[in-house]
Amino acid sequence: MLNKYPLWKYLLVALVAAIGFLYAAPNLYAPDPALQITGENSAQVIDEATLKRVTGALEEAGIEHFGETIDEGGRNALVRLRSAEQQLTAQARVQRALGDGFIIALNLAPTTPDWLTAVGAQPMKLGLDLSGGVHFKLEVDIDAATERRQEYYLNAIKKALREARVRGFVSLDEQGNVEAQFRSEALREQARGLIADNHPELALDRVDEGDSFRIIASMSEQTRKEIADYAVSQNLTTIRNRVNELGVSEPLVQRQGKNRIVVELPGIQDTAEAKRILGKVANLEFRLVANMDAPEADKQRFEYRSADRAGMSEWLERDVIITGEHVSNAAASFDQNGRPNVQISLDSEGGSLMSRATRHNIKRRMGVLFIERKYRTRYEMNEAGEEVAIQIPYDEKKLLTAPVIQSALGAQFQITGLDSPLESSELALMLRAGALAAPINFVEERTVGPSLGAENIRLGMKSVQYGLALVVLFMLLYYRVFGIFAVVALSVNLILLVACMSILGATLTLPGIAGIVLTVGMAVDANVLIFSRIREELRNGRSPQMAIHSGYDAALSTILDANITTLIVALILYAVGTGPVKGFAVTLSVGILTSMFTAIMGTRTLANLFYGGRKVKTLSIGGVKEA
Amino acid sequence: MKIVNFMGLRKLAIVFSALLLIAAIASLFTRQLNWGLDFTGGTLVEVVYSDTADLNAVRSTLESNGYAGAVVVSFGTDRDVLIRLPQGHGDDEGNAVVQLLQDNYEGAVELRRTEFVGPQVGDELREQGGLAMLLALGLVMLYIAFRFQFKFAAGAVLALMHDVVITLGFFSISGMEFDLTVLAALLAVIGYSLNDTIVVFDRIRENFRKLRRSDSVEIINISLTETLGRTLVTSFTTLLVLIALALFGGEMINAFAIALIVGIGIGTYSSIFVASNLLVTLGVSKEDLMIPVKEGAEQEDLTP
Repeated sequence: MLNKYPLWKYLLVALVAAIGFLYAAPNLYAPDPALQITGENSAQVIDEATLKRVTGALEEAGIEHFGETIDEGGRNALVRLRSAEQQLTAQARVQRALGDGFIIALNLAPTTPDWLTAVGAQPMKLGLDLSGGVHFKLEVDIDAATERRQEYYLNAIKKALREARVRGFVSLDEQGNVEAQFRSEALREQARGLIADNHPELALDRVDEGDSFRIIASMSEQTRKEIADYAVSQNLTTIRNRVNELGVSEPLVQRQGKNRIVVELPGIQDTAEAKRILGKVANLEFRLVANMDAPEADKQRFEYRSADRAGMSEWLERDVIITGEHVSNAAASFDQNGRPNVQISLDSEGGSLMSRATRHNIKRRMGVLFIERKYRTRYEMNEAGEEVAIQIPYDEKKLLTAPVIQSALGAQFQITGLDSPLESSELALMLRAGALAAPINFVEERTVGPSLGAENIRLGMKSVQYGLALVVLFMLLYYRVFGIFAVVALSVNLILLVACMSILGATLTLPGIAGIVLTVGMAVDANVLIFSRIREELRNGRSPQMAIHSGYDAALSTILDANITTLIVALILYAVGTGPVKGFAVTLSVGILTSMFTAIMGTRTLANLFYGGRKVKTLSIGGVKEA
Repeated sequence: MKIVNFMGLRKLAIVFSALLLIAAIASLFTRQLNWGLDFTGGTLVEVVYSDTADLNAVRSTLESNGYAGAVVVSFGTDRDVLIRLPQGHGDDEGNAVVQLLQDNYEGAVELRRTEFVGPQVGDELREQGGLAMLLALGLVMLYIAFRFQFKFAAGAVLALMHDVVITLGFFSISGMEFDLTVLAALLAVIGYSLNDTIVVFDRIRENFRKLRRSDSVEIINISLTETLGRTLVTSFTTLLVLIALALFGGEMINAFAIALIVGIGIGTYSSIFVASNLLVTLGVSKEDLMIPVKEGAEQEDLTP
């Protein structure tokens, strides 16, 4: 029988449409403005009493709130508010009530009903241009990281040759390669063996010039790439940690390309504050642990940083041996017996300072301090009698470790006696964070105010509605009953598009909305192709059933060719584009795929249900008669 | 159905396209494009005043405070002001400018958005954009050569370049800002115009195989006539939504919508008059498509 689908095909189409509805549904529920409360460190637990203080502060300010929840373990608490305008006031009040030690973030709490979240349905995320917020693009200075490594090689090679008593002159050449000069061929060969053993990753070239025998040790492309990767991922970790301090509900920190990091902070308005925290530098100090009998004036007490040594402290001397600037690398590693350790490399100046300080202090202990810039909030009245929060910076210094000095240390040394590989890698991470792998620069910054974001949503939705209405009107007038099929298919297509984007966790941006609008216009194309074919077939005198059948068949290959080529373009857009262009490409690609399904399978189902399997004299498809 | 002699207008179309192309290229060389912030780098600040903004006052305030060379224009409404600072200002200037404007105005000045783009980003973007465009054209050409035949691929890609150059020319002549969204629109135009061309080519291929006529021009005319309805309807619906977007979508999406409207207008014209025209020029014939038995099976499917 012509134009009858087997039952399973009808069911399949119905099922896909139903799933589409289900996963698109969360977008219908507008989120509540909310405050998210987090402890500044993992030890800070949020309990009922804390929550009482929060609700108390809100009630005092006359801010309506509801739906307070604390998650398991007391890491986060969420308080929903009635009005978005009061969010900022509420944040300030709660911060005031709880004091330092808590991060209060503005948040949008989803109101998706439980039965939807239970099947994993979630609303689409809104891009910065719709939600308001700050976008930063940071560039990691890889050249600086490479220079540090060259410096490190220079020192390591100098030291190795000195220890093996191979006399020569070692320096950096213009390209940053290590150049070692020797008096004789024999010395050079000995040095070459040493360097090759210690640094197998370096390429060694022999160069003879007059009576000087030289080795040029250069880094391979692979090593350079590793340094760059390392520098970027190091910064990525550090920035992630810092972003968490900012109190943003859904921050994005992402590597982009070779040496860029994109940071997106929805809801943040104060870019200066954000930049101060992102760009701040942690530091290290190496100091000797004070002798028991040292006078109070010469020593200071510091607490340990790690949670399992909470409350423990040590007395350190006031004199600083070296700071983090001299640390060129720190890596977790293992000694010959397989015990975890941390290898530390200093630059040449750091090495000589370290050796001078440790030479006469063997068997004493040395403390490593981690220094972070933090802010304390103080509330003051300004001239207008309003209370304003003032951020007062201070340096928090905490002890990372205090190992015993076993021998005189130089530019290379290690910390041993660590309990686990986990401990060594954490310690190395902190040391590197203090040293900062490579400087970062801001290369791009965009701020979108919240009013603009809301307006963009409003305008975007308006144009989708108007565009859709115009197309629907036209299709109904031009194709009559088949126009209805196309319009139903188009609506299902929009729902599927939204559902797919929600499932994929794609972010909706303004260009994304433009992509949706464009999809509405282009999605009917497949139907136009099919319907024109059917009209043609009718004109050629075919029966209505035959016309439907061959109309769909004949148009299929055209639709495929046309859509695949467009998809190629959309994929290239996605691959090459960044930010807004990517958002547009995603909606366009998804739209092409869903529209192919609804325009071919969807309208065919409707046509089959309506016309299939019965005697039909005419089709209501408009304009078949020769004009 | 009456067959329209589209190819009778061949010469006229060639002259018309040539004129447009010359105008576009001439303008691209002399006036270039009005590159947006995304490409040039620099700082952009959009603020909204609580009342009608006095642009001259804003300009003089900026000038007297060390922001020489700032471009101040209204954006959308007369309360909305867009300020562009040339390169060389730091990434902190955005907030400073808003503060400065607020200090010199009694009402409220609200920050809408600030953008700072460093110089290295812009150059890269231009390179990437050009690369994306070439890559898109290259891959599309491969796909068409594979699905159709080389002459079709050449025809389609040349028609696409025609569309892109003329749309770029439009941006150059009108002096509208060429930013990242316009670049995306341009690539969408490639996709759209290609869609149109493929539909026409598909019909030409079908008719070459089906009809017992050997005159290429006649077959192309028949195919164009048959697909004309569809070409116009699709372009019409797409233009409908784009006009909605241009009218209601707001300032930030305006250039994007305009680029697509122009591009799709040109694309519709080119899929009828340029792509097929090129096929005739390249001397397409029945033999080009008389191929393998393998394709024969598919052909039977197409026309039961």
